[in-house]
Amino acid sequence: MSRPEGMRSSRHSLQVKFVPDEDVLKHITDDTGTKVRKEKAQLSVSVKRFVKKLENISDNEAQEILEEKNYVAALGICTQDAVGNGSNISGGEVYSFQTPKRSNKMAELASELAQTPEQNVSPDHSKCPEKMAKTPQNSKLSSSNRVQQTSKKKEFVSTTPYRLRKRLAAPDPYLESESEYSASCSEEEEDEEEQKEVSTIISDQKTPAKTKAASTPPHRNSLAKKRKAQKMGNLVEEYFEAHSSSKVLTSDRTLQKFRKRRLNQQTLYDLLKNAPLAYAAEIRDLNQQHESLFSKWMLQLHLGFNIVLYGLGSKRDLLEKFRTSLLQDSVHLVVNGYFPSITVRSILNSITEEVLDHIGTFRSPLDQLEFITKRFKEDSSLELYVLIHNLDSQMLRGERSQQILAQLSSLPSIYLIASIDHINAPLMWDQAKLSLYNWLWYETTTFSPYVEETSYENSLLVQQSGSLALSSLMHVLHSLTLNARGIFRLLAQHQLEKKDNPSYPGNYSPFLICLGCCCSQQPWVLVCRLHFQQQLSSNSWLSEAHWLSSGTVSDSVKQ
Amino acid sequence: MSTCSVSKGCFVFKPSTKKRRLSDKTGHDFRCPSNDSEDTQLRFVTCQSLWNQIKSETEQIQEDLNKQLLDNLVSFLSRSHSDFQEKTTEWTCRMKFREIPTAALVLGVNVTDHDLTFRGLSDVLQDNITPYVALLEAKDCPGIKNLMQKLMGQLMNCDIDVDSMDDEDCVQVSQNRIRCSMPSLISWYDSVTKKTDSETPSKKRNSSSRHWRSPPVVVIFKDMESFTTKVLQDFIVISSQHIHELPLVLIFGIATSPMIIHRLLPHSVSSLLCIELFQSLSCKEHLSTIIDKLLLTSRFPFKLGEKVLQVLINIFLYHDFSVQNFIKGFQLCIVEHFYSQPLSVLCCHLVDIKKRVYSLSHDQCENIRRLPSFRRYVEKQESGKQIELLTNDSFLKEETQKLLEDLHVYHENYVSILRCLHVFTSSLPKYPLGKQIRELHCACLENRVWETEEYESSLQLARMLNKTDLVTMLQQCVEILIASSGKEFDRAIEKLKEFLTQFQNLEVAEASQERDVSVSPQKELQKKTDLYHLQKTLLELKESRRSKKLTKFEMLRFEVVDYIDSLVRRYLVPADNRTLHEIVYFNAAAVLRGHLNAAPRTALHTALNNPHWYLKAFSTVVMAAEEPNADAASSDQVDDVIHARFIRAVSELELLGFIKPSKQKTDHVARLTWGGC
Repeated sequence: MSRPEGMRSSRHSLQVKFVPDEDVLKHITDDTGTKVRKEKAQLSVSVKRFVKKLENISDNEAQEILEEKNYVAALGICTQDAVGNGSNISGGEVYSFQTPKRSNKMAELASELAQTPEQNVSPDHSKCPEKMAKTPQNSKLSSSNRVQQTSKKKEFVSTTPYRLRKRLAAPDPYLESESEYSASCSEEEEDEEEQKEVSTIISDQKTPAKTKAASTPPHRNSLAKKRKAQKMGNLVEEYFEAHSSSKVLTSDRTLQKFRKRRLNQQTLYDLLKNAPLAYAAEIRDLNQQHESLFSKWMLQLHLGFNIVLYGLGSKRDLLEKFRTSLLQDSVHLVVNGYFPSITVRSILNSITEEVLDHIGTFRSPLDQLEFITKRFKEDSSLELYVLIHNLDSQMLRGERSQQILAQLSSLPSIYLIASIDHINAPLMWDQAKLSLYNWLWYETTTFSPYVEETSYENSLLVQQSGSLALSSLMHVLHSLTLNARGIFRLLAQHQLEKKDNPSYPGNYSPFLICLGCCCSQQPWVLVCRLHFQQQLSSNSWLSEAHWLSSGTVSDSVKQ
Repeated sequence: MSTCSVSKGCFVFKPSTKKRRLSDKTGHDFRCPSNDSEDTQLRFVTCQSLWNQIKSETEQIQEDLNKQLLDNLVSFLSRSHSDFQEKTTEWTCRMKFREIPTAALVLGVNVTDHDLTFRGLSDVLQDNITPYVALLEAKDCPGIKNLMQKLMGQLMNCDIDVDSMDDEDCVQVSQNRIRCSMPSLISWYDSVTKKTDSETPSKKRNSSSRHWRSPPVVVIFKDMESFTTKVLQDFIVISSQHIHELPLVLIFGIATSPMIIHRLLPHSVSSLLCIELFQSLSCKEHLSTIIDKLLLTSRFPFKLGEKVLQVLINIFLYHDFSVQNFIKGFQLCIVEHFYSQPLSVLCCHLVDIKKRVYSLSHDQCENIRRLPSFRRYVEKQESGKQIELLTNDSFLKEETQKLLEDLHVYHENYVSILRCLHVFTSSLPKYPLGKQIRELHCACLENRVWETEEYESSLQLARMLNKTDLVTMLQQCVEILIASSGKEFDRAIEKLKEFLTQFQNLEVAEASQERDVSVSPQKELQKKTDLYHLQKTLLELKESRRSKKLTKFEMLRFEVVDYIDSLVRRYLVPADNRTLHEIVYFNAAAVLRGHLNAAPRTALHTALNNPHWYLKAFSTVVMAAEEPNADAASSDQVDDVIHARFIRAVSELELLGFIKPSKQKTDHVARLTWGGC
């Protein structure tokens, strides 16, 4: 199929030309004949090449898909299993759509075609594959084959750029019109195809739209030819242009339009508590199935594996049940990963302080980890079960925290059982961490609502009542001296007065306002300035100021 | 005590009384909920002992495989060090160029296995060469300062270990107070080595016998690729300045290729290193050895079924190349088998079988009767025996014992013949049955190998082998069969030896015969000069050869191949066809895959595709639709409960990672999966 090879072979035979052997001569004439023919059919060959390329691509793709399937099948060899509804099914069955691999290949092909000047098939944006049909070469092919190929090509050729242009040109909210347009367009092409290629079949559906379309191609073609070179360059820009327009059109209807005030956490909780749980019986059965695995978990934990639970639904209750039924007689640590201010440090602290009864601080979590490792290695009677709800929570999903937790879990006398919920949670772990964790995966789809996990007011729809913040604020306030409390009150008042002034710096940086107050307005504050600065440097003031500036507590401070 | 709190995320529970559970608790956990038979304890013990055997076996294998590498490294280190000791000219000349002796250790991509290698390495080094070994990892050394800290910390700690604790306080001080710099490291080294010198020989004898007087300081970079270039460069440049004071040796652990050194370091820096390359065994070979020693042996009663083995191998090949993970999977198989199969109590060594079979309870006998392979077996027996087998426990036990012994013999024979067959197939062009013995093993376990196309084609190819190859293969087969413990192979060995002698006789006979035969076509060929005639003669020759009767050698070759074929058909029957194979073969590939190679995303998808879930959602819609009718006055008001449920649904979706709040608008979320961008 490639020309260079043909050229080379003919040149090779040229060297032999002078040998006066009949056979050889005959051979050469044969070859030159083919060469001439080749030159004559230059155009057709190139077209053929194009078509063949396409075939190759689709072949490759088919091959890839096939291989993938084999692989999936090899991994997914599974007899039916009663428990667990997800793990047995291979990915291909769940994600039935194919990922578009062809985009890259298409680009390669397009650039290659753009380089050959005599090529008259415009690959990128020709909505007119009838060009192909006009060449005589194609008539040699069987017509059924041709239809298939061209339709394939059309699929490759027209989709991407067309859609791109569409996006650029029409920021049209009405989806229907777009789909209508595209549908009609493809129909036109289809019809043309049929008309050109299978001329014997007389289509009786000659719509006006089709005739109009048939008249347009030449114009389009010339235009396309002109623009071809620049188009290739533009394509890239257009792509980014199309994607950079971050103006995603969304409706302006916000929840504010309901005459409904936002619920706070408590009312939400109360409301939902009374709401009947659908399919309670089935879910209970499911949970019982999971609970039958408890003893197995214990066994596997003791054999050096750690257990991770995944699947839809809150696994908190399940783990709690595991804890209460099997861990009552042993030292164990429960970590609520969903707790908004959980840190690895606090986990390590609770191990060192409460489990190991160690008093003292550590320079870094790594030191702390080293200490724990040492203690557990020294004392073989020490055993610790660690239950982590939501190992993949915002606070714990960082690389360093996971590393530390993984190292912790790799200790032979620490037994870790954790749950993950986020869909991309497994991305947290690389091979090294995975081998430290030594996971056994258990699918425990419970379908139960995430009551606790979502209760920490991190939801975007719950009214941020600030009850948490308020309570912590109260704690801080009570711990202050009278003087400091006074200063705080003044600051708060000041802050509230200026709250609505957008240019007021205190809205953005709590320190500015504090210092500003101290320096100007209140003379007696100056007296306590030294004292104040001390306080400011301490953490409590920092957090306080932060809460204040966030504005959520402003109502409560007034009290 | 509740674990819900708004102020705390960690809760520690300590049992009030110190009633620690007994050490045999794992045995208790072994109870299967479905059937608590009395054999659980025995099963657990069997499982544990089997696993311990296998574990020590794998460790032994690992050690053996690394031995060569470690020996080379040790000799390298002692060489580099002896130069420093003797202050020879070579050393001074190297010193002039400030070259640091460096070992580049190419370990392969199975990063998770490296830890074991490094641990072994540092142990060996500490035993033989030097107490001063520091293991550095990239994640601990983001900057040169951290690197120095880590390095000095490790070196000075090991100092404590070697010296007695008498001057511990001084070391402690130095670790905390001294600035981590090269000069302080050098002064530490000087003080340490001097101290060793000055100490009485009697006190230090054992350590000085192991280590030289001024042992080198070995710094191991575990994962060289992950270090930042700058840190490495700085360290090398700095330490090369001090190489004459501090006998430093570097070891780079490399996962990719030795080229990475030159890619990471500019020439000016890499010229400061005197690199010697060491190559560790590839992980594939390691796996082959493991499979060879663990699976293709009759030492361990436990066997893996075809699908399970396939899953394990696939995880190895497609996911991590980690032998450790493979072994871990193997461990899981063992545990899972002994846990879930009550009859696995019979999965023991041949000597114990009799005792265990006769102590089986009635329930266990029923379990045996329920095995599919046993039922097939019963159906083939005559009716009298059938009744006996199904009703008489003691008869059943006798039969079971016999069958289990048969199974054992079968496996012994299987392994030997498999190896013989592998000798043949592994040398065929294109390897129709696979290059590795594990592939052949899988093929044989899967179904009757002689019914497959690949087997057919490999026989075809074997019929075209030349004589020398064939003879060496036959010799190898004889060796394998002699070495095997199977008793049935006497005949086979005889037969193969007979073939060998026949080949030898043939050689003698042929030598005389061939001389006069081969002359004539040779002459004919020389006569013709042009291409056309040559072609013609060659064609003629071919024709004549085809029609010619087979030579004696060819006859013999056919015979050999046919014999091998008959051996294969006799001994390589897939294990599924054997009676009672369930007892020793673990076949629950799906379970294994679910635990090792889980698909959490799939689970989520399936759960969300679950109609139950949708019905639940749908009911919300329905209820929402009904609500306005019930409460027409406030049609805009949404029911509180439904509102709350909506809110929860949104938070759950956020928790699951499907949506996230978009910053652009209030109340708007961005889709994160399924085509969101």
